[in-house]
Amino acid sequence: MNVAQSTLNQVVLAEQTTPPGNKDKGALWDSIFRNTTKFFAILVFCLIFGIMLTLLYGSLPALKTFGFSFITSDAWNPVTVEFGAKVPIVGTLVTSAIAMLIGIPLSFGIALFITELSPKWLKRPLGIAVELLAGVPSIIYGMWGLFVFAPFFADNIQPWINDNMGNLPGIGFLFQGPPMGIGMLTAGLILAIMVVPFIASVMRDVFEIVPAMHKESAYGLGATTWEVVWKVVLPYTKIGVVGGIMLGLGRALGETMAVTFVIGNAHDISTSLMMPGNTISSALANEFTEAVGDVYTSSLITLGLLLFVITFIVLACSKLLLIKLAQKEGKQS
Amino acid sequence: MMDNNIKIDVNKLNFYYGKFHAIKDVNLKVPSKKVTAFIGPSGCGKSTLLRIFNRMYDLYPNMRVEGQIMMDGRNVLDKKEDLNMLRAKVGMVFQKPTPFPMSIYDNVAFGVKLYEKLSKTEMDDRVEWALQKAALWNEVKDKLGQNGASLSGGQQQRLCIARGIAVKPEVLLLDEPCSALDPISTAKVEELIHELKADYTTVIVTHNMQQAARVSDYTAYMYLGELIEFGDTDMMFTKPSRRETEDYITGKFG
Repeated sequence: MNVAQSTLNQVVLAEQTTPPGNKDKGALWDSIFRNTTKFFAILVFCLIFGIMLTLLYGSLPALKTFGFSFITSDAWNPVTVEFGAKVPIVGTLVTSAIAMLIGIPLSFGIALFITELSPKWLKRPLGIAVELLAGVPSIIYGMWGLFVFAPFFADNIQPWINDNMGNLPGIGFLFQGPPMGIGMLTAGLILAIMVVPFIASVMRDVFEIVPAMHKESAYGLGATTWEVVWKVVLPYTKIGVVGGIMLGLGRALGETMAVTFVIGNAHDISTSLMMPGNTISSALANEFTEAVGDVYTSSLITLGLLLFVITFIVLACSKLLLIKLAQKEGKQS
Repeated sequence: MMDNNIKIDVNKLNFYYGKFHAIKDVNLKVPSKKVTAFIGPSGCGKSTLLRIFNRMYDLYPNMRVEGQIMMDGRNVLDKKEDLNMLRAKVGMVFQKPTPFPMSIYDNVAFGVKLYEKLSKTEMDDRVEWALQKAALWNEVKDKLGQNGASLSGGQQQRLCIARGIAVKPEVLLLDEPCSALDPISTAKVEELIHELKADYTTVIVTHNMQQAARVSDYTAYMYLGELIEFGDTDMMFTKPSRRETEDYITGKFG
């Protein structure tokens, strides 16, 4: 702070010695620049409030009709005009949870290998491949999921899951059910593949900024690569890592196209992950064109509002997590 | 020097970064429980030599070593040597303080936890002991739970020394430990090096010749990867036997 201030003072002094004409011109430009960036920044607030307000306004008819039972009801009947958000909320949370459960360790492993273990010649190709994966449009993942992955999954993997995991005590019920290929588990898996490049590339970037000397200090104490990464690199980069995970989770929660292809779009809650389900965004994508009547449309908009709220809660939780972690490390000053 | 007083015996050591020949045919006997300083102009290989002692170069590709470094009758450079055990025996402190992102207490306990299962009270004792040794205890005893990064630069460096001592190594490698410190902190660290001499074999790389003269018992002067002269510090700084050494320490060159 002091250094910055003294540099600032120097700059001010230097400016005072320049001819007044130049100074006025500079000050004018400076103020234009300052106000333009301020305007851009304020635009962010305007956008977020605008979106929130429109969603709230659009969801009023549904909320008036159903009240808060909209969230807890699993009805979805356009004919009798009864709607509830429980099925898509559960579907969204479950598919995202599966994606995170698989995606986070996988991304961590990829980033760890690229930064710490990979031979030099493999680093760049691997990094580029990860970035390319991030660039694949979600519709491609959806098509690939439906036409390639789902049949393969149904024929080769789901029967195995049925046989070997369906009888596990406590969690067996999750893995029972007909091997159809599509369903919550498939959607979760496709989402996992989709979030990996995001999380992995952020993790790689932040792992790379850890000073070599810090890692060497830990190695110098006799730590193994695993201990160095787990106890030094990860705490050092936790803000970036959590940020990367949130980026991935955000994508998983909101992903529409790929999930719509493989989830089965059934308004049922099933105990089995093999059964079809629905998510908020795929329900929206599927039904907006055919929604008739105020309450139907408004129910869909309410779903959108709920997705917004879920994302907000997740973001808030990640901030809380970071605060908790910082407390564990001791006060900073 | 008696042979049983030799802690590290370097024999015909050669080191290459890719094709670059960084250490040339170095023979050196580092005496036990004394302070040995490596001096020489930038790029002379003194830090490289230090980093071979705990095989830090193993972390990086394209590095090759030839020769022998005997420590307690075992060749450190032997591929079969347990690297982690070696590094537990040889502590290292770097140019800049490198506190880990955790509390002061956890920083000191970090290395210990890797090797020993200590009870809470034993660990408390060990942390206090290491911080006492590093002359930091009085300054931090009331804030062990604070983040290591909250300390001043000099305190951080002594924290890193405490972290190194806590695992009870036999050798301490100090790679320009004062280069990022102010004069008062430097004086404290130098005093500390003096006190640690009783228990540890210390090797210090330094750019600062006065520092080498102040803290070390023996000095090695290196130039372009070669060991030019090695001997008693007082002798080296008053009557060096080689012309190159004299030129360097009198400031005619380097």
